[in-house]
Amino acid sequence: MSNFQGVDFVRRRSFIELDARARAKALLDEGSDRELLGPFERIESPWLAQQGVTPQSDDGCVVMKGMIDGAAAVVVALEGAFQGGSMGEVSGTKMVAALDLAAKDCESGKQMSAILLLETGGVRLQEANLGLAVVAEIFASVLRLRRHSPVITVIAGTVGCFGGMSLTAAASSYVVMTPEARLGLNGPEVIEQESGLEEFEASDRALVWAIHGGTQRYAMGLADVLVDDDVAQVSRTVRDCVGKGPRTEHRSEQVALYRERIAKLDASQQINPVSLRTAWAEATGGREQ
Amino acid sequence: MEKLEFEFPAKRTISQRARAGVVGSNDLEVLLEPLEGDHALVTVLTSVDGFRDQWSAVLERFFSTYDGATRIHINDAGATPGIVLLRLRQAVEVSET
Amino acid sequence: MSHQLSNRGRVWFTGLTGAATAMPGDPDSVQTADGRLGEESARFLCVVPNPNARFPCARQGEVGLEEAYTLAARVREAMDEDKDSSKRPIVAIVDVKSQAYGRREETAAIYLAAAAAANAYADARLAGHPVISLVVGHAISGGFLTHGYQANRILALDDEGVMIHAMHKEAAARITRRSVEELDKLGTTIAPLSYNIKDYAKLGLLHKLLHVEDPEKPSMEEIQRVQTELIAAIFDARSKPVDLRSRLESKEALEMRKASILVRAKMEAQWREG
Repeated sequence: MSNFQGVDFVRRRSFIELDARARAKALLDEGSDRELLGPFERIESPWLAQQGVTPQSDDGCVVMKGMIDGAAAVVVALEGAFQGGSMGEVSGTKMVAALDLAAKDCESGKQMSAILLLETGGVRLQEANLGLAVVAEIFASVLRLRRHSPVITVIAGTVGCFGGMSLTAAASSYVVMTPEARLGLNGPEVIEQESGLEEFEASDRALVWAIHGGTQRYAMGLADVLVDDDVAQVSRTVRDCVGKGPRTEHRSEQVALYRERIAKLDASQQINPVSLRTAWAEATGGREQ
Repeated sequence: MEKLEFEFPAKRTISQRARAGVVGSNDLEVLLEPLEGDHALVTVLTSVDGFRDQWSAVLERFFSTYDGATRIHINDAGATPGIVLLRLRQAVEVSET
Repeated sequence: MSHQLSNRGRVWFTGLTGAATAMPGDPDSVQTADGRLGEESARFLCVVPNPNARFPCARQGEVGLEEAYTLAARVREAMDEDKDSSKRPIVAIVDVKSQAYGRREETAAIYLAAAAAANAYADARLAGHPVISLVVGHAISGGFLTHGYQANRILALDDEGVMIHAMHKEAAARITRRSVEELDKLGTTIAPLSYNIKDYAKLGLLHKLLHVEDPEKPSMEEIQRVQTELIAAIFDARSKPVDLRSRLESKEALEMRKASILVRAKMEAQWREG
């Protein structure tokens, strides 16, 4: 056994370095993957070219059906390298459609989990109101599916999950993050822009991860699993979550609990993120580092 | 925004389509598919106008060592000729696996 | 033009309910009241500026931590009370500058607060409460996702001061490296980008655009007319499925959201194959 860790380390494959398509494929049982509305169908954004922005053949969203440990699943992966993974009419609707079809399957007695790989800054500004509308639709569709089957959000980095899509992460059955990942409504640049440098210095990387980073979110009880940037680990974690089945209560339903937590905050000064780790960790005994 | 079209002689039948790259800043995606006949058709959609000659030169270079009868589409966001060649070759590699 | 402290939400909330306060224990930024709409009681909710808000970044009508959880609590309260009886309509009166942009907010996971409110509205809709949004001012980005965008039906006043969008003009101009004038011009040919509510109406997401002379000072007659429209929207919501499909089935959507319709049709066809 003593050599095991050494071999394991050498074999470690970065999940973050994979593009959306490769990430999706890595989570599905070997040979079971089938992409829907793939790149060769060229279902692209109708809005970008007229604004001088080059579209991508899959609009930055990959929908892949397959099996996870033999159970039917669909992975919807956002491509962070294309327009910051932002939600446009097509990429957003691909996600909504997949969630709705999964829900329909569940409602007719079949099983279908959804895994969302969220690498996104939120709404694509070049599609503004259609992007915002589709983000609202995605949220509604997650609510419909999660009552039957787990909706698992994986945020790996480097873009993280920001903007309107952070609400979808909050509504998910399970949230999986790496330490490199970040989750928040507004990114550091936006806060700095809207409320000033005093409020948030976007270039202070330590501050950014102290507030939005995976380790912090996990320690606050807002992510279910903190996983290394390793394909095998992410895959195994997703499998475990699928196996757990749907949740009976979701974080976004725990209104009384969080309302009370907010009421207890001293808003007269900035909040020390580390203090929230202790204050908010699960009642069952807190989070390990 | 410019749409460019090129044609090259190419005889070899290829069997598998392939995709490479991502439309990131200064990058591109390449979609490569088999084509009936003995030529290759290339379409380029690019957000950087005025470089038709450079595209022509890069593609000439590519087809000087590649003879697959293919339809190739490129979505380009300002890649250098080096990156263009890289992505084309990546696509070829995938199509020949 | 930046959004000055707006009184529209308060004006319409008071006009429609006769009430003017937050419920006991709630922050002053969230006004909740059960008012009469036709033959039934409806719960009205509105987020208004509160210069005394505990959180400094939530004093100008932004939807912050307290606002979002209060909305969630009051919506769920209505759901619980109506569990075994008829489901009262829930009306979100919307004039929100944005979500709150602050470090405290990010630290304390405002994204979850926003989701809690949106979840409550969506659950109310799914449970059979007709959820109607009445946009009387600004409905921007996270603020609208939190308070209003999960409604069955969205109504808006037809006015220059009414704006639904993903980002305020100045910020959007900065990020996309365009001038505000260029953005306005783009909006005239690309409807999803427009800041004009008449163009938003072309997207098929809006149930109805309502004309009112002065949204800052509605007359009694205008308030009654809006009430009638709310009642009609409620009736319409009750007679159709509780999901958001009406947004894609409207005549405007058939025109402006062809790509969405195509994606859904193709995905359904391909889902079953293989």
